[in-house]
Amino acid sequence: MPALVAEGLVRAYAGMRVLAGVDLTVEAGETLALLGPNGAGKTTLLRVFALLLRPSEGRLTLFGIDARSAPPELRRRLGYLAHESFCYPDLSGAENLAFHARLFDVAAARERIGTLLAWAGLEAAGRRPVRFYSRGMSQRLALARALLHEPDLLLLDEPFSGLDPAAVEALQERLVALREAGRAIVLTTHDLDRAAPIATRTAILHRGRIASVLDGRAADAVAAAYRTVVAGGR
Amino acid sequence: MRGALAIFRKDMSIEWRTREGLSSVLVLGLLLLVVLTVAYDAPPEAAPALVPSVLWATFLFTGLLGVQRGFLLERENDCLSGLLVSPIDPAAIYLGKLAANVALLAVMQLVVVPLVGLFLHLDLMPVLPGLLVVLALGNLGFAALATLFAAISVRVRAREVMLPLLLLPLLVPLLIGTVSATRSVLAGGLTLASDALGVLACFDVIFAVAGWLLFAYVVRD
Repeated sequence: MPALVAEGLVRAYAGMRVLAGVDLTVEAGETLALLGPNGAGKTTLLRVFALLLRPSEGRLTLFGIDARSAPPELRRRLGYLAHESFCYPDLSGAENLAFHARLFDVAAARERIGTLLAWAGLEAAGRRPVRFYSRGMSQRLALARALLHEPDLLLLDEPFSGLDPAAVEALQERLVALREAGRAIVLTTHDLDRAAPIATRTAILHRGRIASVLDGRAADAVAAAYRTVVAGGR
Repeated sequence: MRGALAIFRKDMSIEWRTREGLSSVLVLGLLLLVVLTVAYDAPPEAAPALVPSVLWATFLFTGLLGVQRGFLLERENDCLSGLLVSPIDPAAIYLGKLAANVALLAVMQLVVVPLVGLFLHLDLMPVLPGLLVVLALGNLGFAALATLFAAISVRVRAREVMLPLLLLPLLVPLLIGTVSATRSVLAGGLTLASDALGVLACFDVIFAVAGWLLFAYVVRD
């Protein structure tokens, strides 16, 4: 059963179609990189997948369940990294993770939080309020939050944003391990070089539609297709 | 219930750490109290009659500030979306935020009510049990409605103006009930206030249930 099936997804704001009929399938054990220029609809599409936005038209099915019903158990299977961290500035990194662990009813939360803080390189900073975190530290904490409950479908909006090269490498390794463990991953990025080593497929979103889907590992072909679709071949 | 408790604990933890909400409502409460007392300029023998109106006018405006701040916490870093992607019922978010607002407003009442007695020359100790019942019902009714409308206003532009504009007209029945109940309690105890207390209890139940049922439609897309 596919982790995600989108059929003719449309999302309009004040009559303007940001998504104009997206068809996409993501299988378990697959990493799909979603490329597209600014305003292509990547973030909106991910928010629809994360059940934060309802599609104006079309149908979204997650793990065989119609997303319109969106039962709590379905949300438990999703991990979402947004542009914002979803973390409270006046709580420490560890406290933020503990709060989200309670919401997701994570078993052995203390150990899990310790492991993730270590992975994110935030062991020392874990007790400091998030207000004092740098952009990169906030991003690493947000990634730890998205991974906290071991979701089956990871939705990552610009996951490499603000990360230093070591953190990018750690994240790439983690995502490959998760994919090999059978998790489905959808990530948006502008940075093909960072997505290419981990993506099994690449979709190009342009003007609210999937313009092309390619083998993610063929970076040159993806780059050429991107130029063709977005820049009219220039 | 697990989600509501987690949200309540989180809000209390942030408030304990920053004390921003409490300090701002206490300062505003004190200022309003001083302004209203000075504006009425009542002689000591007439001042006690002003207690119900001064008390609840102060509570209303400081409460608006406190409840609005409770939802601004969720706006920073889009934390509200963080709650909405979690597997908890939106009603649990409402209950958690409601409980946190009730607690904040109760602490504010603990400080402001004795000051009202002091400023308006009224010994509140003999009527304290009855007054506590009115304060609790007024607090719950206000928080039930304000929590729902704070969630609406936090997502719109001009949110600072929107909350009072939406909320104050709907709070008029509560204000009438609390002022009337307080006046009756001060005059002779809880028995005299039974009609007003009934109105307050109905208001509390209606808006707590409405908030619990409608919150999902307010916060979800």
